[in-house]
Amino acid sequence: MPTEPLPPDRHRIVPATILGQLRPACSVLVVLAVITGVFYPLGMTLVTRSLFPRESSGSLLRAADGTVIGSLLISQPFTGPGWFHGRPSATGAIPSDPTASGGSNLGPTNAALAGSVAERVAAIRRDEPSYAGAIPVDLVTTSASGLDPHISPRAALLQVPRVAAARGLPVEEVQSLVTARIEPPLLGILGRPRVNVLALNLALDVLAAGGRGDAGGSPLPP
Amino acid sequence: MMTGALLEVAAILMATALAAIAIAPWLVAVFPMEHAPDGGPDGDRRLDRWLEAITRPVLRAAGAWPAKEMTATEYGAALLLFHAAGFVLLLVLLRCQAILPWNPDGLPAVPWLIAINTAASFVTNTNWQSYAGETTLSPWSQALGLTVQNFVSAASGLCVLAVLVRGLVRRDSPTVGSFWRDLVRATVGFLLPLAILLGLLLASQGVVQSFATAIDVPLVDGALAGQKATRRIVTGPVASQVAIKQLGTNGGGYFNANGAHPFENPTPLSNLLEIAAMLVIPVAGCLAFGRWVGDRRQGRALLAAMAVLFLPFLALIVRFETRPNPSFAAEVDQSPSADHEGGPLEGKEVRFGPAASALFAISTTATSCGAVNALHDSFSPLGGLVAMWMMQLGEVVFGGVGTGLAGLIAYTLVAVFVAGLMVGRSPEYLGKKIEAREMKMGMIVLLVPPIVTLLGTAAASVLPAEAAAASNPGPHGFSELLYAFSSAGNNNGSAFGGLSATSPFWTLALAAAMLVSRLLTMLPLVAIGGSLAAKRTVAESPGTLPTHTPLFVLLVAGAVILVGALSFVPALALGPIAEALQPLSIAEGPP
Repeated sequence: MPTEPLPPDRHRIVPATILGQLRPACSVLVVLAVITGVFYPLGMTLVTRSLFPRESSGSLLRAADGTVIGSLLISQPFTGPGWFHGRPSATGAIPSDPTASGGSNLGPTNAALAGSVAERVAAIRRDEPSYAGAIPVDLVTTSASGLDPHISPRAALLQVPRVAAARGLPVEEVQSLVTARIEPPLLGILGRPRVNVLALNLALDVLAAGGRGDAGGSPLPP
Repeated sequence: MMTGALLEVAAILMATALAAIAIAPWLVAVFPMEHAPDGGPDGDRRLDRWLEAITRPVLRAAGAWPAKEMTATEYGAALLLFHAAGFVLLLVLLRCQAILPWNPDGLPAVPWLIAINTAASFVTNTNWQSYAGETTLSPWSQALGLTVQNFVSAASGLCVLAVLVRGLVRRDSPTVGSFWRDLVRATVGFLLPLAILLGLLLASQGVVQSFATAIDVPLVDGALAGQKATRRIVTGPVASQVAIKQLGTNGGGYFNANGAHPFENPTPLSNLLEIAAMLVIPVAGCLAFGRWVGDRRQGRALLAAMAVLFLPFLALIVRFETRPNPSFAAEVDQSPSADHEGGPLEGKEVRFGPAASALFAISTTATSCGAVNALHDSFSPLGGLVAMWMMQLGEVVFGGVGTGLAGLIAYTLVAVFVAGLMVGRSPEYLGKKIEAREMKMGMIVLLVPPIVTLLGTAAASVLPAEAAAASNPGPHGFSELLYAFSSAGNNNGSAFGGLSATSPFWTLALAAAMLVSRLLTMLPLVAIGGSLAAKRTVAESPGTLPTHTPLFVLLVAGAVILVGALSFVPALALGPIAEALQPLSIAEGPP
């Protein structure tokens, strides 16, 4: 037999039981809301501001005069021949729009996806006439965030001849600039090898201005 | 290289296991089982005193001290009313956003339908998002509205687990604990310290945490013909929210792109932390279960049942997501090498690569988290199937914080019952007789999510205007509908993002699915706890079915697979399986 401990006069007790919990439901919610919704985010902001001031404020890159020129973590669109190009972005009408993060959501068998990939392959063939190899997949697919700041090392290296020619720089120098900026996996395990496109292009500017890619005056963190 | 990616997957799982072992004793102390078989309170007494010291002032401030022991009915009522109060508070905050403080961009009130959907979603630990965070919600709504529910909905899940365990541990007890005490201990004494720790680690990686308003920056390559030459970088109190959305298996991102956004998940290390954070409490829960019931083998058996269901599918999804997409042009290089990770990278980030994205995907769907670091909609058909099926198994493979393990215990009771019938003995689990009432409640827990999921999908499929919400053609479009209701009906919250679920039907149907599924699994679980607590313990006899053996682990895993497969294989055949089988020429359509 079921052995559930029911009060004898269930029908009178149940509403009282329920209503009796209404006041604590509201008051406990309010107290927990203040702790986890006000103190917690507020405290975290104050602590992270002093512990990690650069990281917690968006890893912002500043020009010499202090104006913000971007975030190390957020991609910017580059289209000119004198720049390294990043991944295509599907953030709505404007590419790499941080107010509309997101991707294409195209299904793997959707013809529109294969079509866009083929178009991007053709565009890269046009832009990089000296490169005959296979196109790295990251250069012809959109990322999940639309703000992916990285490309694979091979995707950066294949752009070197074009960028060097447009900037009037020796190919070897541009090549070694890229090689120096390859981020390897952490401890050899975590993450995939990659190059930050915005950082690479800013280093390229410094190089073109006659400095070394890692010299002072660069907005990049050391 | 591929080997490197597999090593990364192994390293992340290893880190998760170590973290779970480390926090299990803490979780044990959060809900001390006074009636543990060995007599006195289980767990660390110093930890217990500390927890009590921070719980008491909170309950005093709320006027809920002293916290009285409750019957299962009272406990269930408290749980229900707390959900209702949370729903109302969140709805009010979202509707009044325009006149509330800390709204630097002057965002208007959230529209009614979106507000109702969002309130249902965050109160039920689902965190389905029918809005884009960066353009819809002010930092105030994100913090005081969403972050609060991220904490307390996860804590409610732990409370349900605590009741169920008390049911197994207590004898002849009319009560199952105090909801308010459990809730506050879980929130302030467990989730909050963990979230602070994780939030600091994430902030060190570049997850933003600030009060600053958006910054407009000119583009470095300003020569974009005919295009806007500035971009607006949005920040906010992100690290604090991401920490708890991962730990609490909530999953609602600060930004639209969720864990793929570089401000939510900037580095491979932050990716490791976020994956480990989703899995750690469910895993620690299994280890804690063994200590609570005074037999660690029982906890390890439940963990083994979860692992048996998780690891083979992890291998499959990693395989599916590292295979080239055959529809891409032949001159696209998708194979891995030292300077190029390759893989079907549409909807994936370069810093994670396809293998770690697949691990994130199965972790977020096996647990009821629902955060994403890649777009599941663009996964290969079979990769998407694995993610979807992990949800359809009822979120018991790790599952939600507390609720996942509680759900698996419900499956265990069914397995015990079935095994008992087969060998002709009265079924018992951990010394408690399993009878009609436990079975009835257990069947509700098992069957409500699939019923809600399938009915919702069926309704959406036969309403042409609503089925049109799917953005992809063919079977993949049906997969989007099925995924949406699987996600809402199992309180996961991830999506095949191509679905535009903003019509009145979609917002309200998904909100209803989330609420029904959440409450009609939690309340029966509390009822099981109450009915078990009132029973005596039966002494173990030679005829008792051992519940820690590999055979029993397979029996439980088999029960989960059986219910999941019987419920969903027909629907899956119409979506991802049909998509995987269709010849490429059909998918590409006429030229």
